[in-house]
Amino acid sequence: MPSPRTPVPDSADVLVRLRGVHKSFGDHVVLRDVDLDVRSGEVVVLLGASGSGKSTLCRCVNRLETIDSGEITIEGRALPSEGRELARLRADVGMVFQSFNLFGHRSVLDNITLAPVKVRGVARREAADRARELLTRVGLAHKAQAYPGELSGGQQQRVAIARALAMNPKLILFDEPTSALDPEMINEVLDVMTELAADGMTMLVVTHEMGFARRAADRVVFLDQGRILETGTPGSFFDAPRTDRARDFLSKILSH
Amino acid sequence: MSTIFAHGGQLAHGVLLTMLMTVLGFGCALVAGVVLAVFHISPVPPLHRLAVGYVAVFRNIPLLVWLVLFVFGLPEIGLLYPLFGTVTAAMALYWAAFICEAVRSGIRTVPPGQIEAARALGFGFSQLLRHLVLPQAVRSMVQPLGTVFIALTLNTSLAAAVGVRELTGETQFFTITYDIPIPAFAVTTAIYVLITLAGGLLTGRLERKLAFKR
Ligand SMILES: Nc1ncnc2c1ncn2[C@@H]1O[C@H](COP(=O)(O)OP(=O)(O)OP(=O)(O)O)[C@@H](O)[C@H]1O
Ligand SMILES: [Mg+2]
Repeated sequence: MPSPRTPVPDSADVLVRLRGVHKSFGDHVVLRDVDLDVRSGEVVVLLGASGSGKSTLCRCVNRLETIDSGEITIEGRALPSEGRELARLRADVGMVFQSFNLFGHRSVLDNITLAPVKVRGVARREAADRARELLTRVGLAHKAQAYPGELSGGQQQRVAIARALAMNPKLILFDEPTSALDPEMINEVLDVMTELAADGMTMLVVTHEMGFARRAADRVVFLDQGRILETGTPGSFFDAPRTDRARDFLSKILSH
Repeated sequence: MSTIFAHGGQLAHGVLLTMLMTVLGFGCALVAGVVLAVFHISPVPPLHRLAVGYVAVFRNIPLLVWLVLFVFGLPEIGLLYPLFGTVTAAMALYWAAFICEAVRSGIRTVPPGQIEAARALGFGFSQLLRHLVLPQAVRSMVQPLGTVFIALTLNTSLAAAVGVRELTGETQFFTITYDIPIPAFAVTTAIYVLITLAGGLLTGRLERKLAFKR
């Protein structure tokens, strides 16, 4: 059982800062004037209806999407626009996808060591040792030589988390990490994430798993049509949402 | 038949030229085609446009026209090269366009999510190609490349039309000199089939070797 979280103090450094972020696809506005701070060690859960811009917000943080206006900084530095600088920044920001996206032609171990070896220049031996350590941590030490296609969805997602961790990221973005999983596999992934949160990893998590949000989040941010409508502690948001939109959203989610 | 065997040396020379043209032509086309495909998917707009234009121009004009242009057109503007080299180069340039498309079709089989994951891990464009895209694409490229190989092999016979004495050129020579069209072309056909069958076997083996568990 992971240890209970100690709240992140207000004085902790802001790791990611979004200011006045706007983003549209064509004339479809997806993010409107978004301000958000994620402090070091903080776990922020992003909630919102389908199409509200949660994925886009996540993807803007490591610049898989570019923004139209506003500013995003990580550790006070603006996101580099391209090239080597951008690659270096991305190496420091982990990302876990709904569809796992493991490299199909490589073993589980290689999936985890590829980026440290090729992007960071870590020695293969050292990377492999670390990968085994991480596999043990996510409970998959015995699958090091398996191929992604031989694993269940839950196992693949745990490997994907280990792959992100192998880069020692400052922050990990999770975009609906359990939405593609069969119900019986959701908890094995959420347990790993809860442990990460307890260990002080900074996390920005898009999820509909309210149990996880209550248990692990410092803060819940509610997006509606690309705008942040509410932000607060999980307790205050779930028990006493202030806006009709949030109440409406919660009643739909909880009635599932 | 006996006439053909009596002139076996001549025929063997034709076979040699055909095989040389096939191997050199395919080798050069493969290199050029892969480079073109990389240009095609590269984030640099001028390179992308270059590749698109190249494929459009080379693929949409018949090979025979290219051969005539190269063999009779280049000397017109003062560029005189040996016939065999000129013809092989024209073939390589022509087939490179098809190889570019075969390579791109292979690249399209790599799931975009994996590419996104690699970008999120800090892979640059060339690392992405080397470690993720090409190793996975190569498997689904083998069959289309095998098809190009067979087409290239058979179409080396067009070189006869611009005066190269490769297999078909030699056969025409036999046909005209000794008036034995049927036996001559029967032997030639058998040789072409042997070369393309060997190519087919090779691609089958390659494909099995490159298979990985999914
Ligand atoms: N590449 C794109 N091109 C055009 N429109 C896009 C693109 N990506 C997202 N959109 C649109 O932007 C809006 C927000 O999408 P986004 O994926 O961020 O929503 P979401 O909150 O993650 O939704 P979901 O819960 O369904 O994942 C949607 O209307 C979507 O159709
Ligand atoms: Mg989404």
